[in-house]
Amino acid sequence: MQNFANPGRFLRLAEALIPWFAWATAILIAVGLYLGLVASPADYQQGESVRIMYVHVPSAWMGLFAYTSMAVASGVALVWKHPLADLAAKATAPVGAAFTFLCLFSGSLWGKPMWGTWWVWDARLTSMLILLFLYLGYMALVDAFDDPTRGAKAAAILALVGWVNVPIIKFSVDWWNTLHQPASVSRAGMPTVDKAMLIPLLLMVVGFTTYYVTVLLLRIKSEILASRIRNLRLMQVHGSGE
Amino acid sequence: MTPRKKRRLMILAVAALALFSATALVLTAFEDNIVFFYSPTDLTKKTIAPDRRLRVGGLVEEGSVKRTPDNKAVQFRVTDLDHTVPVVYGGLLPDLFREGQGVVAEGKFINGVFQASEVLAKHDEKYMPREVADALKKSGQWAGEGGKTSAKPAGGQAAPEAKK
Repeated sequence: MQNFANPGRFLRLAEALIPWFAWATAILIAVGLYLGLVASPADYQQGESVRIMYVHVPSAWMGLFAYTSMAVASGVALVWKHPLADLAAKATAPVGAAFTFLCLFSGSLWGKPMWGTWWVWDARLTSMLILLFLYLGYMALVDAFDDPTRGAKAAAILALVGWVNVPIIKFSVDWWNTLHQPASVSRAGMPTVDKAMLIPLLLMVVGFTTYYVTVLLLRIKSEILASRIRNLRLMQVHGSGE
Repeated sequence: MTPRKKRRLMILAVAALALFSATALVLTAFEDNIVFFYSPTDLTKKTIAPDRRLRVGGLVEEGSVKRTPDNKAVQFRVTDLDHTVPVVYGGLLPDLFREGQGVVAEGKFINGVFQASEVLAKHDEKYMPREVADALKKSGQWAGEGGKTSAKPAGGQAAPEAKK
């Protein structure tokens, strides 16, 4: 693990991995969308509206997964002071925020025809909105200091404290009465989604995950290159870098 | 691991423990404000101020949906299979509204009848094609929403034993 903390080694590894993850993403999402939007059956009570699930559920999971990886990277950065861990956490935030926004947006579009409302302040929806605000707060905080290491430290603490929201989101539908229904897939016992719908859903979940990995590697790579350019410029300004 | 790293890890662990305990206490204390609706059984245990707006959730009782005598509103009973609440609503009902379906109604009690200003549909966590649902109903294995065999309401939400 220590070896990958070397930026040069990480860059070579990332460059080798990115095309594989990018192609896997393209294929999985294409097949998943075709199966989900065209080939899979309509739901017995929700009809065609159920197809929003194939975008809504993967983006919700990725919103939580990305936040969890951001918190882990922040913890590693605080304890072990690996520069790459800070970069990874910083690179994750906008991607996770985008997934969370997509989840809230698609959920709103789904809520209107099924529940009869775009939005309610129930525990699941509210805690998911707080997750979006945590991402936005992280992104604002990490760049709010003149000294980037101070910004990274403050933002890392925010990411760790905010993680307390992740289990609240997951279990909100079990702990309290909510308008949102309980979990269908990640629950004790068999999934309550029919196989014809579960397969496209899981393809989309894997596709969203490989997309996340692709974008994350690209973003970390560009952050490393940007800091190299910064160092080269500094060396030019201060004369030779020796 | 160097002593400094070990110390930082310890601080992190202790802070996390404190944070989680504090959050758990706060959430338990505010439970009554976090729930989105009360079940009819919850309401039997509470004293509700006459003008208080609240939400009632449960299943639309089978055979209870009819027009009010003046034909201006719909009346039905919301049940959690233990207790029921009579509801009157004059607005547009969501598409999923039907007998046996989960609903959440917002409004207030007037003379023991819940006057709803909004009715939302609540569906369960089961997704399946129509053919599968029909086959399950035919073979008598149907245990979903609206099923006569249903032991408890939608996803156990309105059932009192599901409450923490």
